[in-house]
Amino acid sequence: MQFCFTVLCKLLGMGIFMYKKISTPLSDSIVEELQAGDRVLITGRIYAARDAAHKRMCDALARGEALPVELTDEVIYYAGPCPPKPGYVTGPFGPTTSGRMDRYTPAMLAIGLRGMIGKGERSKEVVEAMKKSKAIYFAAIGGAGALIAAKIKKMKVAAYEDLGAEALAELWVEDFPVIVATDCYGVSLYETEPKKYKDKYTELQNLR
Amino acid sequence: MREICCELITETVNKLFMEANYHLSEDIRNKLLEYRAMELSETGCEILDQIIENAELASVKELPICQDTGMCVVFIELGQEVSIIGDHLTEAVNKGVRQAYDEGYFRKSVINDPLKRINTGDNTPAVIHYDIVAGDKIHIKVMPKGFGSENMSAIKMLKPADGLEGVIDFVVDTVSRAGSNPCPPIIVGVGIGGTMEKAAILSKKALFRKLGSKHKEEFYEVLEKTLLDRINNLGIGPQGLGGITTALGVNIEVFPTHFAGLPVAVNITCHASRHKEAII
Repeated sequence: MQFCFTVLCKLLGMGIFMYKKISTPLSDSIVEELQAGDRVLITGRIYAARDAAHKRMCDALARGEALPVELTDEVIYYAGPCPPKPGYVTGPFGPTTSGRMDRYTPAMLAIGLRGMIGKGERSKEVVEAMKKSKAIYFAAIGGAGALIAAKIKKMKVAAYEDLGAEALAELWVEDFPVIVATDCYGVSLYETEPKKYKDKYTELQNLR
Repeated sequence: MREICCELITETVNKLFMEANYHLSEDIRNKLLEYRAMELSETGCEILDQIIENAELASVKELPICQDTGMCVVFIELGQEVSIIGDHLTEAVNKGVRQAYDEGYFRKSVINDPLKRINTGDNTPAVIHYDIVAGDKIHIKVMPKGFGSENMSAIKMLKPADGLEGVIDFVVDTVSRAGSNPCPPIIVGVGIGGTMEKAAILSKKALFRKLGSKHKEEFYEVLEKTLLDRINNLGIGPQGLGGITTALGVNIEVFPTHFAGLPVAVNITCHASRHKEAII
């Protein structure tokens, strides 16, 4: 039975987990319902921005200027793609290390950013700011950029075109697969999960 | 003297970067499958499946495995009986990089200055390490090096009294601090000895060795295994979301050093460890 279920899910390309489907922009009720560990498929508009675009946005906020896009309840994907081969919407487009954006994130959350997609854990300051503004952090799989690109249906540069692969981009995604890594209650898989597997490698080697 | 045209060097560098960015090496794929069969974490298994599927898709469609097509690292072992005809050797290599990153639709991630930060637009310059060796051939090794993992690398000048335990602790601590950031499962290159810069270069060179191949010295073969056990016991797992698959391998390179020192460098690469080589 378990085998049939696994096969069925494999055929559907879903792995063995149940996926929750959500649409952007996010709201209190969507974010409150999601918990660390949930598998989620995101559909709708998201923005892609990495180090250089974040620096420009934060510099603009510090000068009291408006941002080129409205970020209230929106989701930012920390990523910069390869150029598209002919016939493709985009080249491979996997997540980059989120920790590098930690310095900019509290300011982004303060203006209403609701969700972030990236890879790797966030600082304590970011998690605290997320709890305060009810925001959520999703993990995508780093190094699976070719697979992820297939979920991006449209893409256009929204601002800072001169930054090339680091430009702020607007993406339309369909069933974009992520895992809730840190929920709006501050529970983080990067804290809870590794503990469970400490010293298990040696135990496993001894059994073999 | 054997004459080699710079065009052949450019063409070889171009081809090697294309292959490296599209096709994951067999040894890494095999290790991923081996750890997938062992992994205890369901999330870990799900992630490893997607990593393997991604590599297959990239290879079939000739797409980059990862969007971070890296900064180009090139090791050149130049036979001293070779005479290069045409361009300057460094320019021939950079030309190969320029062509590959244009024709291959790879991301151009290199900036002109670490503080002024303007994109060079063609992913050059490459970081090139030259070695003059005996013979009349050129051995070219290339590595498009992603920076998620490069950023998590570290070097330390240990004291001789720190000894073997000190080395082990520094390597394991570096991987532990890197945690989820370098896209685990990772491969760990360790350079021990020489001077500060020599240790760093050795740690990069170590990443070229095939996974699963044994160190030529038994002492270091045992040390590699000890380090791998300690690292995989950390529990970090695929993408840092828990599991036993934190590293697929640890490769060590050593060099004589000064009696007052014990330099150790740790260079980390992600599971999309891309490197190819050719002899012309």
